[in-house]
Amino acid sequence: MDTVSNTVHYIFLAAAACFVLGLHLMNHPRTARRGNTLSAAAMTGAIAATVWLVADEGVISRTGWLVLASGGLVGAALGLWAAREVQMTAMPQLVSLFNAVGGGAAALIAVNDLLQAEDPAGLGARVSLPGALDIVIGAVTFSGSLVAAGKLQGVVSGAPVVFPGARLLNVLLPASFAAGTVWLVLAPDSRTALYGLVAVALLFGVTMVLPIGGADMPVVIALLNAFTGSAVAMAGFVLDETALIIAGMLVSSSGGILTKLMADAMNRSIANIVVGGFGTGDSAPAATGSAAPAQVRPVSADDVAVQLAYASKVVFVPGYGLAAAQAQHELGDLAKLLTDHGIDVCYAVHPVAGRMPGHMNVLLAEANVPYTQLKEMDEINPEFPQADVALVIGANDVTNPIARRPGNAISGMPILDVDKAKSVVVIKRSMGHGYAGIDNELYTDPKTGMFFTDAKKGLSELKAAVGEFVG
Amino acid sequence: MNNVDLLTAITVFVLSVLVGVEVISKVPATLHTPLMSGSNSVHGIVVIGAMLIAAESHTWLGYVLAFTAMVFGAMNVVGGYVVTDRMLEMFKARPAAEKKQKAEV
Repeated sequence: MDTVSNTVHYIFLAAAACFVLGLHLMNHPRTARRGNTLSAAAMTGAIAATVWLVADEGVISRTGWLVLASGGLVGAALGLWAAREVQMTAMPQLVSLFNAVGGGAAALIAVNDLLQAEDPAGLGARVSLPGALDIVIGAVTFSGSLVAAGKLQGVVSGAPVVFPGARLLNVLLPASFAAGTVWLVLAPDSRTALYGLVAVALLFGVTMVLPIGGADMPVVIALLNAFTGSAVAMAGFVLDETALIIAGMLVSSSGGILTKLMADAMNRSIANIVVGGFGTGDSAPAATGSAAPAQVRPVSADDVAVQLAYASKVVFVPGYGLAAAQAQHELGDLAKLLTDHGIDVCYAVHPVAGRMPGHMNVLLAEANVPYTQLKEMDEINPEFPQADVALVIGANDVTNPIARRPGNAISGMPILDVDKAKSVVVIKRSMGHGYAGIDNELYTDPKTGMFFTDAKKGLSELKAAVGEFVG
Repeated sequence: MNNVDLLTAITVFVLSVLVGVEVISKVPATLHTPLMSGSNSVHGIVVIGAMLIAAESHTWLGYVLAFTAMVFGAMNVVGGYVVTDRMLEMFKARPAAEKKQKAEV
């Protein structure tokens, strides 16, 4: 009896070690896939060991087996289907959804533990405190991640939704679940405290994420990932299961670091983002006055193609506009054409390009861009002065030189030094603003040509035109 | 079930945070999305917790909670690993393309 339990716990320990190794292998594109496979194998082992443990303990009823098997099958089928079908542009929504279910499962474990305890009143703080925290964090993550996924999918408005009293609510709700947590710890058998806590936490998840704009979603997703990790770790405390504590905290700290990196890349504090109201979401082509285009220099596909064909170094600056137009394949084709012609091509990727950390890299990888051509901000910035052409596709705020000056909405945000290239071409549909809602000085720079078109259509035209020059 | 001593559990908790920080801070920005999705699948370990509560449930409420937790957890685990693998497959090195690029430089 005891041997089985011990063996299973050694398997859990091995699995935990494999999770750490798996994440460690993710630090290079060459080994990353192996890391993921290792981690998945460890998870499979841990799950198989749990089945063994459950069978060996013999307390499980026939219905219990049925619940376990059918729930597992239904969940696995849903997960598999979603993972296979998802478009790479929709990846952040899916990750957010997986976050939601993970947090939800963790919260349910604590709810179950408090409800099913034989002597609920006798539960010590050893169980009731992590239980209460698990419920709060898990439920907040569940509803918050669903709202975030809804925003990214466009089901919920991407704009910050601020209703009267929202701020007040965001003060009252945490205060009430702090009170609820204390109540539940003192009286673990109180059903009112339990259900109240679940309700308040679910509501807070919604009111916390609703006012945050679409542009801040990379930070929010990273933050919610960290939350789920902590919820799972708390479930580990409730169940006395070290494997859950290790895996949960591993995820939590990784999510925490990514959150910090993202926030730094936008020069915003995490608190600032969570309190919200700045990011106005996907720049609905703001119908701003037509005063600005007077100073800009519109260019045609042929003009741009000549520049590209006779350049020796071209830097592409992709932004979310590219992803939204699903034009990553067209860009990849254009780049390949130029590379084949002997032109040095690379991509400048700002850390917050896309809808989750590093999302742009995935989109470019999907378009078969070799990862050796992807350059991070710190690496590419010194190279801009040598670039003959910098081609900006749907990136706005991250290229605005105004960020170098104090006194505006994006002051101090690290940007790509696109304005230092010898010439600049911007592909954009209109003079609409980015999420910061300010004019981009880059567009009125004399060396900048504006190519007003849809990213996908424009890149196809460029490819055809360049083909004529180099073909 | 092993009754893990609280102090041991807290030790594990703190060390895991530090290991996480150490392992993650070296990952390049290129891989941040697969990393997040990969760590997302790691927290799918919550499915083990769901299995344990399914094993100890004996009331209809317990079964409902366990079933929902199982669905959520299994979805998190399976979907997370599959989608991460799909992403990372796209990051595979393209030796031909790289060699060509080097030759041209």
